[in-house]
Amino acid sequence: MTHQPLDPEPRAPVSRTLKLALKYGFILFWSAFVVFPFLWALTTSFKDANGVTNGATWLPWLQYQPSTQGWASLFGGPGGTNIVRPYLNSIWVTLGASVVSITLGTLAAYGLSRFTFRFLFFRNADITFFFISQRIMPPIVLAIPFFLMLRALGLLDSLAGLILVYVALLMPIAVWVMVDFFNSIPRGLDEMAWMDGCDPITTFFRVILPNAVPGLVVAGMFCVIFGWNDFFFAFTLTFTQTQLLPVSIVALNSSVTPWWALSASALVSIAPLVLLAFVVERFLSKGGLAGAVR
Amino acid sequence: MLEIHDLTHAEDGVTHLDHVSARLAPGTLTTILGRTGAGKTSLLRTIAGLLVPDSGEVSLDGQGWSRLPPWKRPTAMVTQQFINYPHLSTLDNVAFPLVRKGLRWPAARDSARAMLDRVGLSAMVGRRPSELSGGQQQRVAIARALVKQAPVLLLDEPFVNLDYKLREDLREELVDMLRNESGLIVLYASTEPREALSLGDRILLMAEGRLLDDGEPQQVFGAPATIEAARVISDPPINILPLTVGAHVAAGPFGAQDAGDLIRGLAPGEYRLGLRAADLRPGGRHVARVVLSEVSGSETVTHLDLAGFALVMHEKSVVTHPPGAEIAVDANLARGFIYGADGTLLRREAPHGQD
Repeated sequence: MTHQPLDPEPRAPVSRTLKLALKYGFILFWSAFVVFPFLWALTTSFKDANGVTNGATWLPWLQYQPSTQGWASLFGGPGGTNIVRPYLNSIWVTLGASVVSITLGTLAAYGLSRFTFRFLFFRNADITFFFISQRIMPPIVLAIPFFLMLRALGLLDSLAGLILVYVALLMPIAVWVMVDFFNSIPRGLDEMAWMDGCDPITTFFRVILPNAVPGLVVAGMFCVIFGWNDFFFAFTLTFTQTQLLPVSIVALNSSVTPWWALSASALVSIAPLVLLAFVVERFLSKGGLAGAVR
Repeated sequence: MLEIHDLTHAEDGVTHLDHVSARLAPGTLTTILGRTGAGKTSLLRTIAGLLVPDSGEVSLDGQGWSRLPPWKRPTAMVTQQFINYPHLSTLDNVAFPLVRKGLRWPAARDSARAMLDRVGLSAMVGRRPSELSGGQQQRVAIARALVKQAPVLLLDEPFVNLDYKLREDLREELVDMLRNESGLIVLYASTEPREALSLGDRILLMAEGRLLDDGEPQQVFGAPATIEAARVISDPPINILPLTVGAHVAAGPFGAQDAGDLIRGLAPGEYRLGLRAADLRPGGRHVARVVLSEVSGSETVTHLDLAGFALVMHEKSVVTHPPGAEIAVDANLARGFIYGADGTLLRREAPHGQD
């Protein structure tokens, strides 16, 4: 009597290889799709006018003569502007507005998530919608009131004025993201903290907030991306004293489009966001609340 | 002494607590027994301060707790969900309440380590709750509740989400641990009559927010004060039959011949008879049709149809009764409880032990 193997024809290897090939093929395609614009901008930033007009060239010294003209123009070189000051301004405004928005937004979101508010026909959900509804209006509608308010406060063309405006624009995002996140944290955790001797404020800081880090990171990323990339309010509410990076990059443009300088400025302006994404990526992992309530 | 005085609570038209009062002495383990929605959790949450009653008060040794928020009440609680702090290690989870009481982390961790040793988790001190099994997570929750040394310990069906064997083991371990905690007032909510009868020094029987009965397990089980109480404390379900005493005697499908001394001294009239499933037995002259037969462990519970009356029979052996089969049954009516028309106990015929 011969023993037959339970599975005489293992089918796994062929289909598994095909799946792996498809998977890695897609990853390679997508990576190329994402990386290509960066590569294009990087090579362009090291070209001059001749290099840019000679078609798609990739290899320095072989296909085009590298030039630092684009990078030099970002630091006050010929035909350029110095972006150091606007760069620092953008960092201050973005960080300041994001920190204030996240702080106030998180506190408001916790209140909306955990306590019941009633005012006339308004309930918690209405108040949350009221926050996010501020972002429904087109920016141009807000520009004139902001301009008039900042002028009345003497804060036009100032970092503080821009931070105030950005807080008004970013806080709804923070509230919206954090309400949703706090709602996903079981109330049983708050109650257990109360039983263990924490009042509601201690509960928030010692128990809920440490477990809300992924939500804070997401809200923070939204705020930083919006604050860093905004051009409209930075353009309409400042003149000469307080220029932000997007405005100074636009100022690089002239009758001849300096693609080399624009490419260099594009790389410089996205660098902080790319770095930030790498830093916060580990906080965004799912399952942070595993083991809270089962 | 923990005094619960006339607690009431209703929400959205549903009454969760209906004038509940009780006095609980230190060093006792009281089981609150009731079905889902009976008000057990509401009672525990009200004592903990997590639920504000519409009226009534809780006090400990004469000190009213009405104005005390949960974080200032000397209570500890374990819920049926395994609630732990996900961002803290097992050790810090248990040390946390001690730190909130004012201890420094090193001292709190020493106490927590000793408590984790008691619950058998000394090898898990560095792990996060998410890295523990369900049983281990609940041990952490129990350790955190015990380490506080609060005079009132509230246990809300703490093992209901665990598998049967683990539940039995943990229950025994918990009882052992609580024996070493002198002067502790323990309230243990349960839906299982067997658990309540084996665990507590005392039983509070609840249904629809009301306290149905309050007493020692043998007393509450041996003479259920009302039909409702008999239904809650009986597992398998008790048979409730109409009892007619007069020229014609009938106890459901059973006649005068079966009743024997049961009706002695009863005035003619309509009554109700409570007959435990264990007081029905196979054999005898009545033929019933098997509706359903369930084997659980080494016991068999059979649902019968006898002359249009639905009956439940409990046998302490594994027996096969196919559905639709006809079997002979007999009833020991002398062990029944006689209830008046209003459902209150009139008479218990024979002393009843726990099944």
